[in-house]
Amino acid sequence: MKIRLDNVVKTFETFRAVHGVSLEIESGELVALLGPSGSGKTTILRMVAGLEYADAGHIYFGAEDATDIPVRDRGVGFVFQHYALFPHMTVAENIAFGMKVSKVRRDKGAIDTRVAELLRLVQLDGLGERFPGQISGGQRQRVALARALAVDPKVLLLDEPFGALDANVRRDLRRWLREIHQELGITTLFVTHDQEEALDLADRVVILDKGRIVQQGTPEEVCRNPASAFVMNFLGDTNRFSAAVSGGVARLGDARIPAPGFADGPVDIFLRPSDLGWSQSGEGIAATVARVIDRPAGRRILALTATGEAVELDVAPETVVSAQQKGVITIERAKVYATA
Amino acid sequence: MSASVKGRPPRVGDAPGFRRALIGVVLTLVAIVIIAPLAVIGYQAFSQGLQVYAAAIAHPDTLHAIGLTVVTALIAVPINTAFGVAAAWAITKFDFWGRRFLLVVIEIPFSISPIVAGVAYLFVYGLQGLFGPALESADIKILFALPGIVLASMFVTAPFVARELIPLMQAQGRDLEEAATSLGASGWRTFFSVTLPNIRWALLYGVVLCNARVMGEFGAVSVVSGNIRGQTNTLPLHIELLYHDYQTAGAFAAASILALLAVVTLVAKVLLERQGAGRARRGPALAAPAAAPKTASAEVSS
Repeated sequence: MKIRLDNVVKTFETFRAVHGVSLEIESGELVALLGPSGSGKTTILRMVAGLEYADAGHIYFGAEDATDIPVRDRGVGFVFQHYALFPHMTVAENIAFGMKVSKVRRDKGAIDTRVAELLRLVQLDGLGERFPGQISGGQRQRVALARALAVDPKVLLLDEPFGALDANVRRDLRRWLREIHQELGITTLFVTHDQEEALDLADRVVILDKGRIVQQGTPEEVCRNPASAFVMNFLGDTNRFSAAVSGGVARLGDARIPAPGFADGPVDIFLRPSDLGWSQSGEGIAATVARVIDRPAGRRILALTATGEAVELDVAPETVVSAQQKGVITIERAKVYATA
Repeated sequence: MSASVKGRPPRVGDAPGFRRALIGVVLTLVAIVIIAPLAVIGYQAFSQGLQVYAAAIAHPDTLHAIGLTVVTALIAVPINTAFGVAAAWAITKFDFWGRRFLLVVIEIPFSISPIVAGVAYLFVYGLQGLFGPALESADIKILFALPGIVLASMFVTAPFVARELIPLMQAQGRDLEEAATSLGASGWRTFFSVTLPNIRWALLYGVVLCNARVMGEFGAVSVVSGNIRGQTNTLPLHIELLYHDYQTAGAFAAASILALLAVVTLVAKVLLERQGAGRARRGPALAAPAAAPKTASAEVSS
């Protein structure tokens, strides 16, 4: 089912949570709404679900205007951040709930068969008689997904689905959700504030800031070409420098950074830690190592430039470097944005 | 281990002297303030033998008072339960103008003296009161009759159920109801199969407390009932009446009935607390997978 948001607005009391957002999600697509807290991403998701009504604008499911269809009749599967499993029902009863209350009558045998099928899909065979309090967080989230899928939703909506789980379980569940999505091909929209999760899982990432879409595209597009300083900053660690452009080239220390299309004047230059290198000589920014942090994939150097600015850079694990050492930060890649 | 070091308390603030003194003070106060008066009721009620006790209870006026108290509870408790659930639901699940104000208003009966409520009812429904003449011409008797007693009892016990439910429902949030609705459940279905099962112990707890207070209420009821023996006397009022008539054994016999009701309430309360009323807890998390918590809860609820 294709979903289309047309200029959707939502205001809470005096706070405008969503400013005229327009968005299209193709049938079968897996899309992430990514943004910091307060960016309006959850509000958008809840409006698509029908848990909140839009103040203005329209939401279309296929050709049908779903803006005013109540959540009960909208045919969406919603997975809550904290699972919202019914604590007094077993796992099987939780999954069967949607089918039992449905206007479409199903006999008990059909419901039981479907529940068993879903338990197998979410790899929880044999746990149907447990209560939510007796299974782990990751298992609860899978039950929540099975419960949402049981009503054959047109659209699957997930609100920070892995937010409450620890890192390892998260990674596993992410891959697994991707597999389920491939298997069922259901249009899926999920909300997250975790860039890694969005980039890992989604076909397309929609980045939001202060109730507006600031960029959307495939993970490759948004990573390689962040549309703004905000997106650049939000997607990962960066170092920001102020510099001046003259004749299409910005100068940072004695490094020359091409800035085509920028008029002469001040700009902001963003450098990811992995865009930088450490060397004893050469063109770059003179700096002194303040501290070295060791990580499994390499070493991160915290350095201070001659002008006292802090810079973080990642170097290969075998690099020999220690605090107080002087050297040069070399620049391999840089992004230039107009000064905000 | 530091606990075994001589002269050093096992934990901070756990010095033996302090501990003994504190426990001693509390136990003494409990004995003087709570246990002794209750023991006297039991002793005095039976002081002139079982026959006098039975006769005192079997007196028509006492029986009528018991009956009136039960009827009052049967009317006031269900109404206040429905009100409490509705109020808790409204306050915790909806945002509306005046929500905080409502929260405060619901608690007024807790902080106000019941006698004030009684007097207020006099002013509203009494002959010289606001609706007095209108009610009289319509031949509706509210004061010095059952309706007045019920109304006064309801005023005093209005907060009990709501007060038990609000913190629990606030902690539970709206997620469960939203989940049920998104799965296609109607409002009633959501209430009966999702909301109610999750608040049932707290609800029962509130009902038990509410009932205890309705049966025991003296101040407000004494103002509006008119104390007509055999007609508008509830059990607490009857006890006072007997006492003023120097019928000590009768007064204490009636009091023992009220105390017995209190004990029943207390037992019910303890049983409910074991079920986690007000604490929103599930059964043992590591119990056998085969529906063990289900049977555990079914036993006590029956």
